[in-house]
Amino acid sequence: MSIIRDTKGILLGMWTTWKRIFRRPLTIQYPEIKRVPYPRFRARIVLTRDPDGGERCVACYLCSAACPVDCISMQSAEREDGRRYAPWFRINFARCIYCGLCAEACPTMAIQMTPEYEFCTRNIMSLVYEKEDLLIDGCGKSPDYNFYRHAGIGVTQPRGEGLNEEPPLDMRSLQP
Amino acid sequence: MSYDLIDIALAFGKIAVIFMVILLLAAYLVLAERVLLGRIQERFGPNRVGPFGLLQPIADGIKMLVKEDVKPAGADKWLFYLAPAMAAIPAIMIVSLIPFGAPLTFFGRPVGMQVVDLNVGLLLFIGFSSIAVYGVALGGWASNSKYSLLGSVRGLAQLISYEITMGLSLVPVVMLARSFQLSEIVDAQKTGWFILYQPIAFLIFLISIVAECRRIPFDIPEAEGELVAGFHTEYSGLRFGLFFVGEYINIIALGGLAATFFLGGWHGPLLPPVLWFLIKALAFAFLFIWLRGTLPRLRYDQLMHFCWKVLTPVALLNILATGWFILLVGKG
Amino acid sequence: MEQALFYILATVTVVATILAIAEKHPVHAIVYLVTSFFSLAVIFYLLAAPLIAMFEVIIYAGAVMVLFMFVVMMLDLGNPGEAGRPTLRHCLPALLLAGITLVSLVLLVIGRGAEEGPDVLQVVSIRDFAATLFGRYGVAIEIISMQLLFAIVGALYLGRRRRP
Ligand code: SF4
Ligand code: SF4
Repeated sequence: MSIIRDTKGILLGMWTTWKRIFRRPLTIQYPEIKRVPYPRFRARIVLTRDPDGGERCVACYLCSAACPVDCISMQSAEREDGRRYAPWFRINFARCIYCGLCAEACPTMAIQMTPEYEFCTRNIMSLVYEKEDLLIDGCGKSPDYNFYRHAGIGVTQPRGEGLNEEPPLDMRSLQP
Repeated sequence: MSYDLIDIALAFGKIAVIFMVILLLAAYLVLAERVLLGRIQERFGPNRVGPFGLLQPIADGIKMLVKEDVKPAGADKWLFYLAPAMAAIPAIMIVSLIPFGAPLTFFGRPVGMQVVDLNVGLLLFIGFSSIAVYGVALGGWASNSKYSLLGSVRGLAQLISYEITMGLSLVPVVMLARSFQLSEIVDAQKTGWFILYQPIAFLIFLISIVAECRRIPFDIPEAEGELVAGFHTEYSGLRFGLFFVGEYINIIALGGLAATFFLGGWHGPLLPPVLWFLIKALAFAFLFIWLRGTLPRLRYDQLMHFCWKVLTPVALLNILATGWFILLVGKG
Repeated sequence: MEQALFYILATVTVVATILAIAEKHPVHAIVYLVTSFFSLAVIFYLLAAPLIAMFEVIIYAGAVMVLFMFVVMMLDLGNPGEAGRPTLRHCLPALLLAGITLVSLVLLVIGRGAEEGPDVLQVVSIRDFAATLFGRYGVAIEIISMQLLFAIVGALYLGRRRRP
């Protein structure tokens, strides 16, 4: 009989919702109770420094190219010693979707995501962060990594003295 | 019959008090609904404005008052302005028919706990609820929007259909109470509530009033998923507020009427009558909210099918059975 | 007080009815007609016929007019405001009928002379009303209900689902 089945269906549903009324709500009451996000949570972006204190970013534009919403812009320049850097570096957090693709694309680990999520504001222009706002005094994740120690040949160290780098081989010594 | 000043003052005082109480109840019913729906979905609902969100209705009211009142281009101006009132006024008028307590005595005169006690009270209730259709119909039509029009066409068909089952389900009540007067219907239930004699009529009436209030599972005139907000899509600000408040007053009024017709009105042991009435009426309001938190929306054809092919025949058979019963047993 | 009420209501009824006829837009005409029905219902109530008043509201204002409106809303009316006014020729049958009604009313009033109506109207209780309706006019009620039944069956027949 369909009428018995339908009535049972309705009553069962009502019973289920009745039980729900007395459960503790799952909602976290945000401003009073703040969740501590996991360390790898993707929120505000920072530019980190290498262990020696130099800027990691080499202004390679890879993050800018990877960004799906095009919110990273910068200019590249070169110091006298040949080390590349960004004279200005800008992230528009009003556009950023916190996808983390920039951090993934970065070859120098300069651009990194942090778990700090509370920086919304009513003034949308103040969400455009300049390099001074982004740069931190620290290495963030992977504190030992120093891009120039691996690849900065001729800039920070002569050939053969980089990390995991074998000394240059004298070709002639290989000849028979 | 002659009136003096005290009579008139009492009458006006009564109306003012009832009006205020009903508006307050409606405002807090909105809050109760939001909180309860929240609980059903394991969230809190509004709890920010004031302690436990108790000032939320006031905040909402202020918001509605100061919002811009938009009239869509091509709308029929006067009907567009008229429709919300047409929806809200019948609901308030229905409240005036409900007896919600035993008569009390003020200044040495009996004061009935009811605004008007007409000998055609029940019919007047049906009349008002059939007038409420115009708010839906004109509001949707005058907005000059296809969603609104669809909503109001659906609303018209639904409300007319369920009015019939509502009327038919009340016939056994009249037969048992032998009166159209609401106070006499209440008095007839002093010994036994009509729900005991007429469970089927009660069920049909309950289903019909849910449909009359256009609430889930019968909310196809304002189905959010397909019609934005149905007949009041184009309304904003105070006019939307009128529709909204009208809906909640309607819930309270129809809940109170269901209590009056089937649950013995304000009769009850121990507690004072007014409290009993409020408990019963608000229990219906709670049921409405609970239903909304549970059931999905019916499809239009299911709705019509259910009304005309299930409820109407059952209601007619119920009337017939009641008639035979009264004839044979000779009750009353 | 009651007399004043009556005159106000009567004016409202007449004006609303005239507007309902003169209005070109059908939905507006319906609204005017509903207004007229309402004031008519209150007049009935003043005449100590509450049941008739209620039926006026429930059946005419609440059901018949709503169905009219349903149909009007379903139809695409284009621009009813630009429709032409009916000419005298269209009005002729209506005028004729109105004339007959008017003449018979005048004759009735003249024939009755200056006889006074009853001062106090006695309220027809619903019980009396029902007893008269189903007792004295029982056969007529039965015939009318049979007719309605035929109408329902006919409508069902016309509206049945046809096998293609
Ligand atoms: S997180 Fe995504 S959107 Fe934001 S800057 Fe990086 S790449 Fe662009
Ligand atoms: S942050 Fe990384 S990816 Fe972006 S420009 Fe600097 S080095 Fe290249």
